[in-house]
Amino acid sequence: MERRLPLNYFDFFEIPHHLSLDLKDLEQRFYALSRKWHPDRFARAGAAERQEALDASAILNDGYRVLRDPVQRANYLLKENGFDIGEQQSKEVPPELLEEVFELNMALEESDAEAIAAARQKFTRMQDQIDAELTEAYQRYDQQPGRDVLAQVRSLLNRRKYVSNLVARTAAPESGVAAL
Amino acid sequence: MFQIDFGSQTDRIVGIDLGTTNSLVAYLNLTSPEVIAGEDGSKLVPSVVSLTPGGEVIVGNAARRLLIDAPDRTVYSIKRLMGRGVEDVQEELKLFPFHIAEGSESVIQIRLGDRTFTPPEISAMILRQLKSNAEAALGGEIKYAVITVPAYFNDAQRQATRDAGRIAGLEVLRLVNEPTAAALAYGLDKRKQGIVAVYDLGGGTFDISILKLHEGIFEVLATNGDTHLGGDDIDNRLLRIALEDIQSEWGEDLSRSGEAVQTLRRAVIEAKEALSFAPAVTLSFDWKGRSYHREISRELFEKLIADIVDRTLGPCRDCMRDAGVTPEQIDEVVLVGGSTRIPMVRSAVEVLFRARPHTDLNPDEVVALGAAVQAGILGGQIQDQLLLDVTPLSLGIETYGGVVSKIIHRNSTIPASAMETFTTAVDGQRNVLIHVVQGERELAKDCRSLARFDLKDIDPLPAGMARVEVRFLIDANGILNVTARDARTEQEQSVEVKPTYGLTDEQVEAMIESSIENAEADFQARQLLEARVEADTILAAVEKAARSEAHEQLSEDERKQIRRIKNELILARDHNHYVLIRAKIDELNQATQKLAENMMNAAVSGALKGTKV
Repeated sequence: MERRLPLNYFDFFEIPHHLSLDLKDLEQRFYALSRKWHPDRFARAGAAERQEALDASAILNDGYRVLRDPVQRANYLLKENGFDIGEQQSKEVPPELLEEVFELNMALEESDAEAIAAARQKFTRMQDQIDAELTEAYQRYDQQPGRDVLAQVRSLLNRRKYVSNLVARTAAPESGVAAL
Repeated sequence: MFQIDFGSQTDRIVGIDLGTTNSLVAYLNLTSPEVIAGEDGSKLVPSVVSLTPGGEVIVGNAARRLLIDAPDRTVYSIKRLMGRGVEDVQEELKLFPFHIAEGSESVIQIRLGDRTFTPPEISAMILRQLKSNAEAALGGEIKYAVITVPAYFNDAQRQATRDAGRIAGLEVLRLVNEPTAAALAYGLDKRKQGIVAVYDLGGGTFDISILKLHEGIFEVLATNGDTHLGGDDIDNRLLRIALEDIQSEWGEDLSRSGEAVQTLRRAVIEAKEALSFAPAVTLSFDWKGRSYHREISRELFEKLIADIVDRTLGPCRDCMRDAGVTPEQIDEVVLVGGSTRIPMVRSAVEVLFRARPHTDLNPDEVVALGAAVQAGILGGQIQDQLLLDVTPLSLGIETYGGVVSKIIHRNSTIPASAMETFTTAVDGQRNVLIHVVQGERELAKDCRSLARFDLKDIDPLPAGMARVEVRFLIDANGILNVTARDARTEQEQSVEVKPTYGLTDEQVEAMIESSIENAEADFQARQLLEARVEADTILAAVEKAARSEAHEQLSEDERKQIRRIKNELILARDHNHYVLIRAKIDELNQATQKLAENMMNAAVSGALKGTKV
């Protein structure tokens, strides 16, 4: 019984530590591992085995949530490789976006629907562009892992986080009210 | 290796639907679930509890009749109060004749006659009835159960349900969400694949769950709901209108008479149920020689309840969004709960999900049947099915400024966990207090407070040096477990739990001890003990009042009388006769009524003086 559960999500799912994943395969593994570890399967077992099943199921479910999401998965892999992904994904405006953000703030202040819609289109396009770059970087890493690619992934993720916040700000007009 | 063999007769697991209005018990008969009827032949046990003056507990249909004859010793819809505090049930109290005992704080105390019980204790009485029904039908003691709860129940409500099981002498092997249980009941005989929505409108709660079925795995994608929305709301709507009607016709306000309201409620419920099958019905109510009749058409009925039905649709849309599905992707809709018999509810569901709802199973029984299936999964009789459920609400911890930091998001598959590291703020600090909340709002005060966890006996170190790793784990029942360890020494760190609502382990143990079944023989002794405690309380109050100004305002005769009865009570207190003590307590209460009024007036005018205008 002295067999410790693999705590690493990739290891738990028995898949390589890659940035791009086959989601269908991941789901199949999730179901198979659920059948193996779910606490319902251990209702008749002793206390130690029940605890192990509970721990394993929690790792499995936590891991599935992280691995199936491309952003969370990349953050997880970055952390695993010693990258600090903490708070430096800051509120500071990336210099190249300074002007756009200024314009958006103006448009929101004046409730200029046309300008907001235009901003939304622009930021959504930007986000799509970042996603394409991320996909490409993921593949590059999976073929030839290296810290330089990971550094690039991290900066893309930071930028993506910022831009997706901008997209959210241009979303539904009633969101301002809901925030109250 | 296996310590318990659930396959044998004695270790049979039953499935229990502990409902707001009705409760049921079911078991897995070889491979198909079956509901067990009670002695009176009825499968539905009304969730009504009555306490006779002799201290005997009556549950079910018999108790339902006592709602009218003995409203002050009878309680229904107790599920509405499970896991809740006095301040958050004020709305319910306007509409439900709960007799809340004074001094109820984090745990509500309900008064039945001259005794008080917590909601888990009252639910335990219902569970005990179901347990004995099952024991009578199956032979042998029943020790294990699966109990269903609304999917949207929070941690405190789940814990209260589990406590109720323990008090009833049942080990609750699993709490299952009601809509998920319904999906299990439906999925058993059909090897379905695809996306299923379960719409569950019960007596007091509404749940919506969206599941993905895949080769025997029932994966809940998202759940949503409202723990205060159900058939009761429809009854209350009709009841209020009828009361107003009667008042204008008879010139009499019946709303303060518990007996009249209960009789009228019965009539209203009958009319509501009939309206599901007839285009119009007559609501009839006879009271003290007078009669009230009113024709209600389905059209009027639908106009009256339209907003209640509407309130279920918002959570349905949110649930689809969270599950990441559109109405077109939903293959099947399952209806659960008595209120889904209402044609308007059915058509609203059909329009929203663009699918014709399933109704092959009795909506009153489907949850209990599903609980029995889950019991079969736990017992090992069913091997190919597995339920993967989610937590309905996000779990967070209060951080600086009362802001919530979410650590486990809603709709996460359970078991789910999160690890957080805490440190100290002051040199030598030995304790860290963590406030855990549940809900989606940004501020802790807008969320549901679950508990405060006190990390104790931290090594005294300079500020910020201690590292305590806390693991928050939501188990397969949807209940939070917290463990902590010192990251430097890797030693287990002790955590003291202070639940915001609900009972501590010690309290539950005490209730098991004092549960009526175990203590039937001690009834007299307990009565005596309680009477003495009450006598001491009133004697102390009178003693204190004797030194007050209010006491001076009484006449010499009044003061003399109080003194006389007080002395009699002191004498009676030491006799072994609780009836006598009670009688003297009542007398003293009577005699001091004016004194109490005087004191109240003094207190009020004192308080007014202190108020700044």
